Amino acid sequence: MSTWHEYVQRNGKVPEWPYPVDYGKVNEVDSDVLVIGGGVAGLQAAINAARAGARVAVLERGHAKRSGAGGAGVDHWHGAVTNPCSSVTPEMYTNACYDSMQGYTGAHVRYIITKEGWDTLQECERMGIQIRDVKDEFKGAPFRDEKTKLMFAYDYKNRHIIRVWGWNIKPKLYDEAKRLGVNIVNRVTPTALLTAGGNQGARVVGATAVSSRTGEFYVFKARATVVATGGAGRLFVFDPETTASGTMADMNSAGVGQAIGWEAGAEFVGMEGGGPGALIGFGYAPYSMGNASNTYHGTPIVDAEGKELPWVDVFGNELKSWEDRFYPQAGQEFQLGIGIGISRTNREFRLNDIPPDIVERIRRGEFKLPLYADFTRFSAAERRGTFGMMVGNEGKTRIPIYDTMTKAGFDPDKDLFQAPVMPVEGYFNACYWAGGPNTPPTVRSLGGGGFLTDWNLQTNLEGLYIGAGSTIYGGGCHGESHTTGRYAGRHAAAYARTATGPVIEQEQVDRERETAYHATRQGKGGNGWKEINAAIARIMRDYCGRYKNEQTLNLGLRLLDELKTTELAYAYASNPHELGRLLECKALISVGELAIKASLQRRASNSILDFHRLDYPAMDPPEWHKLLPIKQVNGKVSVRDLPLDFHLKPPFASTLEENYKRYSGTKL
Amino acid sequence: MNDKAYMVPNPPTPNKAVEFNPDVCTGCNLCVEVCPTDVMMPNPEKKQPPIVVYPEECWYCGGCVEECPRPGAITMLHPTQQRISMNWKRKATGELFRLGMKNPPPPNTRPPSGG
Repeated sequence: MSTWHEYVQRNGKVPEWPYPVDYGKVNEVDSDVLVIGGGVAGLQAAINAARAGARVAVLERGHAKRSGAGGAGVDHWHGAVTNPCSSVTPEMYTNACYDSMQGYTGAHVRYIITKEGWDTLQECERMGIQIRDVKDEFKGAPFRDEKTKLMFAYDYKNRHIIRVWGWNIKPKLYDEAKRLGVNIVNRVTPTALLTAGGNQGARVVGATAVSSRTGEFYVFKARATVVATGGAGRLFVFDPETTASGTMADMNSAGVGQAIGWEAGAEFVGMEGGGPGALIGFGYAPYSMGNASNTYHGTPIVDAEGKELPWVDVFGNELKSWEDRFYPQAGQEFQLGIGIGISRTNREFRLNDIPPDIVERIRRGEFKLPLYADFTRFSAAERRGTFGMMVGNEGKTRIPIYDTMTKAGFDPDKDLFQAPVMPVEGYFNACYWAGGPNTPPTVRSLGGGGFLTDWNLQTNLEGLYIGAGSTIYGGGCHGESHTTGRYAGRHAAAYARTATGPVIEQEQVDRERETAYHATRQGKGGNGWKEINAAIARIMRDYCGRYKNEQTLNLGLRLLDELKTTELAYAYASNPHELGRLLECKALISVGELAIKASLQRRASNSILDFHRLDYPAMDPPEWHKLLPIKQVNGKVSVRDLPLDFHLKPPFASTLEENYKRYSGTKL
Repeated sequence: MNDKAYMVPNPPTPNKAVEFNPDVCTGCNLCVEVCPTDVMMPNPEKKQPPIVVYPEECWYCGGCVEECPRPGAITMLHPTQQRISMNWKRKATGELFRLGMKNPPPPNTRPPSGG
């Protein structure tokens, strides 16, 4: 017996809620540093704050042992450029990211990531995560360094992206946090940041939250706070019946960290930016089909008759052998790899790839569908390095792909792994499982924007730090989350050492407690959270889509408010789980308002941000090449101009290196 | 066949996400404890497998399977529409296979690299 339906039909009754429910019961948690979000970034923040001597609490939505986008594993680590085999420097890497985004990424965050990525990874190794080929399984392989036993991905010449056996990285971080005495509070949904005097824009002194198992209320009181939450995956689409195992963002991705930051008066940039919602789940289960991108980079793709698809270098020249796919060709300095949030605009530093004209060649009949990944054309080491090492350790691959597929009989030594059959435009991107044409064109995702931080990774709010992959302006992927979390935790602990004790405004706590349980007091006939979430996503798709103008954006704001004061206000929560999801719906509306208000402020179209104003159709006018930090002051929007290279302007020093020396807090 | 009929909502889509083998599962609820989204809840009957209550909230990370101390007690099941998409062809013979087929080929017993 497994399902609820089986249980009900066997027993003739609905099972009671298994956890004791006590709505409103207050629990107080006191710490020097509070970390909101217990994913890889949050646990790194907690571990490093604890190592710096702080008493640390973690507020976690699921269970910190396996939760978060990074909780499902990792197979390659970006930004570890100071590893002993790398020929890329932090400056080279940071400038490549910054130039690829034409300035629209937080270069200070990228620089921190590259200065400390390798150190962070070595710390992971000391926690028990395998980062070297210690069993010599890949001895002699071109992607392996024989002395250090490190293995590399994508660019075998420059060796700055490291393959790791990270399937168990989250349990190892969890063990370390527990060992250091971190107080992890699982199954709680944050509802607000607490501020001095309860005032927007004041020092952050903690947070409130509600348990999704017991319904109890939590008041976290802290000298410093780190927000380390994930993205808002449910903002533009909510269709779990379809997306199911296809998504790279779990159901807890409700943008709650951004929401509580926005309501507390934190400043954001780039929230008007976006991109196609390719990884949201309308394609196929991640890594579950033949493809040649990311973890499968370089894999030979053959057509239905066994004819292999060509590969080209960054200049469009055809590559002679499959080995060439892993090396920059003459004239290219190094390759950045993909998965760090900049591949959309990256040109000079992009990877070798299947040429874009493959779409036309398939249409013309030169290659016949279906396509297959043919690992047998690889060497044994490359085959095992791809399916077995990378697939097997990457997020959502150990059980969902490797274990599932091999138990079902799949053998990369013998079998051709079929790629999706889809409209030919879908083969433009070799990450076939993302299934491009399967994602409705209206589905978008916020891309690249987030909390604006300084060189300490502190926000404009005193005591509030950010460590994250997607929530911080300038963040990236898995390794970047670890490294920013580590840096933010260290700085939060340093601040907490000298800060005065936090004073909680009881009135704010009482107000939050009253609001949080609204849904438990409503009539039982209202909409459920799923229907409301779907409506939020509908509003965002329609009114904050790729094309917008002042009127449609304002209509979107009006409808979000309508939803908040009508359907959401009448929704009933049958149990603490539904209550948690409804609180997330409220957070999603806040993030939606933030994205729309940021969009209203950019009165110009912008190609890098994939931002199209129908009322300002001229693309990229130079006077709008700037950031527009946005925050709330007394509930009203406040915006300022900020140059793209603000990280090198006063009060900061004029070089990356000098700023790092000044702010990193490490002895150099 | 006279099974009592109940007025129940349609089974969710997907309906399972994971499946328990009651002969192996001891109802320890370690999987329930770590699931990031509370897909499963403890069974009111002690020592019985958990009940899958919110299958449509699963993101299929497989953490529950990794956490399980008794191999075979819990199996992660991709939803049918994702399962039907996982196809492969034996290069030498042209035989077609898919995840979830009735008569699957023998398992490939090679473990993943590491761990």
